[in-house]
Formats: sequence, structure tokens, C-alpha cells
Amino acid sequence: MITFDRVVKSYPGGYTALAGVSFEIRHGELVVLSGHSGAGKSTLLKMIAAIERPSSGSVKINGQDISHLKRTAIPYLRRSLGLVLQESRLLFDRSVYQNVLLPLVITGHPPRDAAKRVAAALERVGLGGRGREMPAGLSGGEQQRVAIARAIVNRPAVLIADEPTAHLDSAYADEIAKLFKSFNEAGVTVLVSTHDDKLFAEYRPRRLVLGKGFLIGGMSS
Amino acid sequence: MNWLVVHARAFAQAVVRLASQPLGTLLSAMVVGIALSLPAAGFVLLDNVATLARGVSGTPEISLFLEQSAGAGEVGEIARRLQHEAEVASFRHVGRDEALLQLERGGLGDVLGGLGSNPLPDAFVVTPRGESPELYERLHARFTSWPAVEHVQLDSAWVQRLHALLGLGRSVVLLLAGLLGFALVIVTFNTIRLQILTLRHEIDVSRLLGATDPFIRRPFYWFGILQGALGGLVALATVWLTVEALGPPAASLAATYGAVFSLSGPGAREALVIVAFAGFLGWLGSAISVRRHLAERLV
Repeated sequence: MITFDRVVKSYPGGYTALAGVSFEIRHGELVVLSGHSGAGKSTLLKMIAAIERPSSGSVKINGQDISHLKRTAIPYLRRSLGLVLQESRLLFDRSVYQNVLLPLVITGHPPRDAAKRVAAALERVGLGGRGREMPAGLSGGEQQRVAIARAIVNRPAVLIADEPTAHLDSAYADEIAKLFKSFNEAGVTVLVSTHDDKLFAEYRPRRLVLGKGFLIGGMSS
Repeated sequence: MNWLVVHARAFAQAVVRLASQPLGTLLSAMVVGIALSLPAAGFVLLDNVATLARGVSGTPEISLFLEQSAGAGEVGEIARRLQHEAEVASFRHVGRDEALLQLERGGLGDVLGGLGSNPLPDAFVVTPRGESPELYERLHARFTSWPAVEHVQLDSAWVQRLHALLGLGRSVVLLLAGLLGFALVIVTFNTIRLQILTLRHEIDVSRLLGATDPFIRRPFYWFGILQGALGGLVALATVWLTVEALGPPAASLAATYGAVFSLSGPGAREALVIVAFAGFLGWLGSAISVRRHLAERLV
């Protein structure tokens, strides 16, 4: 489903974030990407969403090489992915409901069906009935849940999360991990990065370990 | 998604953005409106001057003097030709006896009486369909080539002068409109630039969620159009107020020249043109700004 083939990412000035990374993620897998800060985790995830482009090598999703995707085609790729970033990236001048609704507005979903989907997504992340609240009034964990609801509202086949628990205490982090596991059990391919090795341990995910731009481990735990 | 729905959403978004900053919206509309009111008032003034000039000077005419030897058949032929001229609005025949009578009434009877016979030729006084100097020149050339026509007198000096003056006025107003229109484009360009800076987080998030460039750009385009159109309305209001204020003194001035004149503001068609033109300039400013500033953000 997602294939990295000898992917290199270098930046001007000589810094290499990824140094020839190859792996494949199959449909329905739960994959945890781990490694220290600066190992290249974020760069790798950004490449799947075409936020970054490889310097060489190829990135394929469902057989389509997205390494040289046209700028106009990128939005349609992103619509097929659920993206959760380290910071929640919510719009703080809009309600929780409006934040979760945004991907459906972008794709031009019919309003009535969109309202049902938003309600279902909020219910799924444990924020049912709180759509009218403003993000600023929520805790960090709740804000991240809103971001996750926003990522799944379009019912993506792949959910990508970049350190979604980075700023959360362990109790909140476990709840978020449990959420990702539940999505995976529902058939969604989940790729989540974390520097906390213990976080997903109980779900026995497949682990990819990055170190200084190299894939130094890729096994089931 | 339906094209109309897409634009309706973008329009609504632009209205919300305008309404969310009422003071800024009002000030921008005032700046645009005052800038546009100058050329708009200029056009209205020129329109009124043209009307006034026509009222004071009457409609210009062309006189055709036939040869002394021209008989009834030739007079009939000229009349027939004039009837078939598409560029002639009306004409009347002034027979040589009628012309003599007019001169005698004008006090020249003694002079003409000494000549023994009537020296005046048959003549036609023609009113062309239009007032452009080119039309007068064209008709002059055509009438001169007709048989039995001795002389064609073109009463166009004042027409040419008036048209030259109005043409100069139009050029000045067009230049002014161009300069101030450019200012409007710059104002909108800058407003949209600031909007993009303010909304950069929302733009980035939308792009990460799969928003296309047109999806992001549309509300800015509508914002520019609405801001321009609001400015156009302010310009119209300014012109109408000016016309109301200057109407009575202008009528008094015209009365001293024996003309009945009332200063008139822009009609519905002109008003629509001013608002549409302002909206177009707003769109142009926003389109340039969006193209320049959104292209810099490649998230």
C-alpha cells in the first residue's frame, strides 16, 4: 500500500534527513515509527502527504509514484489520507464542530450528511455533544482528539500521525494510542510516529526504527 | 461540486470576512470610493457639458448651394438623393425666391434691389444624423461631388471645437481614471496581502486537509470584488451628493445664457458600470495579490 524505495532526502547545506530508506506497509497494518529526535520520522511522514519530496528514490501509494506528483494533484492525495500532526493545528477562532467539518467543506460534502459524519467522528473520539465548544477551552488531549476526529471524518484508508502524543501526559497518551488501535481494528492502515517505545507496546504493532536517516529496525514487536 | 455552490460558499466566506472587520471594511471602501469619485464625477461633468452645449448652440447644419443655372429637375434630383441618405436626419429646401425674401426681411432689400435679378441660388439646409466631426467631413465630401452643387457650407467649426474640448476632457478623465484605478488595485493588493498573512494558519491547515488552490483563492477574489463594489457605491453616493449640491447654481448659470438646464447625475446604466468597474479592479488587485502571495506558500 505504501512503498518507500531507496528514498533519500537531503537539504541544501548538506544535511541528510533520510539516507536510502526502503520499506513497505501493507493494507490494514498498524505501524509504529520510532527513533530519536532528528532521526527523520517527520520527514518520512511528510513525504507520504507530499509535504516533502524525496531527493532521490520513490514513494508509492497504492502503486502510484507520488514523488513527482503535480502540484494540482497533491490535494487529492491528501484527501485520501488522515493526517494528525504533532501540534493539533486546529483553527482556534472556530468551534470544535467547524474544525471537524473543514475537510468535508473542502471536498464539497452535502451539508446534511456532513453534519452526521462530524457528529459520528466526535462521538468516536469521545467528544460527542461538545461540537459547540471552542478549542481554546479544551485540554491538550482533547484538542488532539479533535484533530484526530478531523483526520477520520473523511473516512480515509490510511491514518498518518506524527508524534500525536508528544505534548500529552501518559494517561492522555494511552487514550490516544487506544484510539489509533481502534481505527486499525476497523480496517484503517495506521502509521504513527513516536519516540516513546512503550506507548503502543501492548498492541504488538509492526515497528520501523529510524536512526540518523537510516532504517535500523523493521520488525514486529 | 456544483460551480454555483462553490462560488456561493466562497462569496459567503468573503462577506463574513468583510463583516468581521467593519471599521477596516468601511475605511477601505471610503478610500476606494473617494479615489473613484473623481473620474466618475469627471464623466458626469463632461456628459452635462455636452448636453448644455447642444442646448445653447442648437443642432449644427450643412448648407448646399446649387448652381445658378440649376433648374427644377436638378433641385428634385438633389432632394431625392437627400431622402435616400442614411446619414441625413432631415433637410429642407430653401428656394431662391424664399432666400431673397429672407434677405430682404433681414434689411438687405435695398442692396439686392439694385441688382435687377435675383442672384441667389436654390439651397438645401441639411441636418445630419449625429454630431461627430468625421460625419460632417464625410457628408461635405459627398455633397460636393453631387451634380449641380456649387458650394457646400459646413457649419462645423464650433462642432469641432466642442468635440475637441470634450475629447480633451475625456482624455484627462480617462487618465485620471487609469491612475486612480491603479491606486484601487494597489489598495486591494495590499488588503489581500494582509489577509493572507492573517489567515496563513488557516490556509496551511486547509492545504494539509486537501484544499485545492482555487478553493483557497476564491474567497479572496470575492473579497476583492466586494470591496471594490462597495467603493464603487461610495463613489456613486459622492457623485450624487455633489450633483445635488451643484444642481441649483448650475441651472442659474445656464439661465443667464437663455438655456434651460438641470445638472443630472449618473443614470442606472452608468451607476451599474461604475460599480462593475470598481468590482473588476478589486478582483484584479486580489488576483495579482493571491497569485503572488499564495504561490510563496507551498505547504
